[in-house]
Amino acid sequence: MADEIIRLTGIHKSFAGVRALQDVDLTIERGKIHCLVGENGCGKSTLIKIIAGVYERDAGEMIINGTRYEKLTPIEAIREGIQVIYQDFSLFPNLTVAENIALNEELAEGRRFVNWRNVYRVAEDALAQIDVQLPLKARVEEMSVANKQLIAISKALRQNAQVIIMDEPTSALTEREVRALFSVIRKLEARGITFLFVSHKLNEVLEISEKIIVLRNGKNVSQGNRSEYDNRRLVREMTGHDITTKRYTYTPDKSSEPLLRVDGLSAKDLLYEISFDLYAGEIVGVTGLLGSGRTELALALFGTLSIDAGQISINGEPVKIKSIQDAIAHGIGYVPEDRLTEGLFLERSIGNNVVVRIIDRLRGTLGFTDPRRVNAQIDHWVNALSIKTSDPSLPAKTLSGGNQQRVVLAKWLASEPNLLIMNGPTIGVDIGSKDELHEMMKTLAGQGMGLLVISDDIPELLATCNRILLMRHGRIVEEIQPAQTNENELAAKLIEE
Amino acid sequence: MFRSLIKRNEFLVAVTIIALVLYIGFRNPVFYTYSNIFDLLRSGTVVGIFAMGVLVVIVSGGIDVSFTAIAVFALYSTVKFMVTYAPDAPIWMAFVMASLIGLGLGMINAFFISKFHLPTLIVTLGTLSMFHGFLLFAIGNQIIRNKLPPSLTAFARTALVSIQMDRGIANLHPAIFITIVVAIFTWLLLDYTMLGRGIYALGGAREAAERAGFNINHIQYFIYGFVGLLSGIAGMTFGALNRQANPQDIVGTELNVIAAVVLGGATLTGGRGTVIGTILGVTLVVIANNSLILIGIPPVWQRVVIGIIILIGTGLPAIQERRAGKAMVGLADM
Repeated sequence: MADEIIRLTGIHKSFAGVRALQDVDLTIERGKIHCLVGENGCGKSTLIKIIAGVYERDAGEMIINGTRYEKLTPIEAIREGIQVIYQDFSLFPNLTVAENIALNEELAEGRRFVNWRNVYRVAEDALAQIDVQLPLKARVEEMSVANKQLIAISKALRQNAQVIIMDEPTSALTEREVRALFSVIRKLEARGITFLFVSHKLNEVLEISEKIIVLRNGKNVSQGNRSEYDNRRLVREMTGHDITTKRYTYTPDKSSEPLLRVDGLSAKDLLYEISFDLYAGEIVGVTGLLGSGRTELALALFGTLSIDAGQISINGEPVKIKSIQDAIAHGIGYVPEDRLTEGLFLERSIGNNVVVRIIDRLRGTLGFTDPRRVNAQIDHWVNALSIKTSDPSLPAKTLSGGNQQRVVLAKWLASEPNLLIMNGPTIGVDIGSKDELHEMMKTLAGQGMGLLVISDDIPELLATCNRILLMRHGRIVEEIQPAQTNENELAAKLIEE
Repeated sequence: MFRSLIKRNEFLVAVTIIALVLYIGFRNPVFYTYSNIFDLLRSGTVVGIFAMGVLVVIVSGGIDVSFTAIAVFALYSTVKFMVTYAPDAPIWMAFVMASLIGLGLGMINAFFISKFHLPTLIVTLGTLSMFHGFLLFAIGNQIIRNKLPPSLTAFARTALVSIQMDRGIANLHPAIFITIVVAIFTWLLLDYTMLGRGIYALGGAREAAERAGFNINHIQYFIYGFVGLLSGIAGMTFGALNRQANPQDIVGTELNVIAAVVLGGATLTGGRGTVIGTILGVTLVVIANNSLILIGIPPVWQRVVIGIIILIGTGLPAIQERRAGKAMVGLADM
């Protein structure tokens, strides 16, 4: 019999009549790494919050460390050694690293005055526990996402964490940072700390976990040892159907002028001698690590990063792209990585977001926008991209990640670009939606659009691109044919120095 | 070490002050006389007390513009009460009463802010008008000058140091000690108490502060109560130094104080600001307000100069930060 630290049986939870969890069982074994997987909205977050004592369950049994809890408060959860690291890390950007680590402890001890020497001692100690060195007096806002995460982990450890629950811990990390995080986690596991990961990145789930729990639509699908799972099974259980990825093969007609020709593009310290062609109908991937210049390349093509040398040609015509307006005038669209701040007006309606780029074209008599034409456009795009909403006049923030990304896409497609640059097209999008978005990208290319896909999601690159450009230190170092490589080889190349 | 020093806002302000002092002193040696220095300290006394309260609010991510109305309300009500009912009350009674009135009015702000989660600017804009209007309407609108309680007049005349000058005597009023004590108290509060760290935490990330277990309501009651209390003290000090209680005084100087605090490195978005920086900010504003006339800048132009100082003083660090931020974005491969 395994040593169970948390056991939930028959958990039910509804919000305003909507079932979030239905008869869910979950067992967490001491000293093991567990992964809770499922698509967005499957009830993962609700389940975590029940374990953390933030939500009260409607029905079901909860046993922690042998104690049966009728009602669990957040304080009791913490006393039982349960620590949740949320996606925002709950850190204070304006305070120092040391204070962030020690603050909760000082509060929990009920101190009234701050003993700064103790703060530094605690912080040093906590970081030493995970063999990490960070500048204790630096403000947390100066730290990278990966370091913030380490700070959050050491903070949790200082509060006597037995079980550390991490919500999507790798979503903002680069490949190398994920490695570093995993090695810290394995070290802590060896010391008997239990982990529960919430994730939808299947490769990582399969790599790190020992126990896997799959949820779908608020119900248990399965629960078992890592060895019983593979990628296919996870996808099937998460989405409820099989997803087979078809690669995208396309050989452009090289006798015609390329849609985009980049020749010797350089920007000081960021990009060096970038040259490549992109033909209509191609999906070209650009990949590389942090600081490899992949995003800078996109920004240079979209007119927001000024270039020092080199020539960009569109359909054989040399052009100068000095602003976003220039880029748009030349038929270039850009789907940014951070759709929450750059891609969408979250508070405005879904419909408004869709037509915002083409509102000028929807003017009727007297120059006022014609509501019938506007609504026709909105209906068209909501249907074309199957945006799942009951009403396009709801704010965009009501949509899930995948559907938000479709709205961003619709916005650009409505303006009929020739070249669409997509930076991290499916970040934060769950696997079912991701697959549909990939199919859409292929359809667009099939209609003659050129797509430049910037991503470090290797399965995504292999599934969508007909060519992949690998960048390192601001240069393109290799052109890769997806048909002649595989995930492991590409992953190795990505992190190679 | 030096690099991190010059990056700090305090350093920039300190250099500006030194440059200004050297320049004004060079152009007009009167600047270095005791009477001028004592005058500057006297002018900084009230602004300094206000600024400590405003600093605490701004660090918490809020703003309070009603503190001038609280000050004049506390001052005028106290003096009127003393004149009518207790003309022989000692000076400390006056300060206690003014502080309590200020505390009470601050609590009204805190109530609206914490109970209804209203934006702090809206609440305090409302109470600024409300407190001042109520004072003029219900308590009085006549200047009290001639029949001030004797304890107040005596306090106004006290001098910590008196130096015989060529013309008249230069007196240093002990009220500056109130400012010094308030500043030390605020510093200890912000840097060495959990409550103070809670104020920084609240200004840095409200939700995280709640999750960490800070009681946000208590902190907010403290903050706005503290500002109210300091405003009461500042108002009373102002009245004592000027030997009058004029219900039209003080209100209108809010932005001057806020500007001094912001110049000192506190950001209106919250989470940042220090007592040292605030003292420097107040010093700069006080010198600009009082001494530009010594180098022939007419009073009407002083406001323009102060405006320029504020624009440069708060604009430069913001631009620097944005540059640094951009560099970070490049590195982080956003």
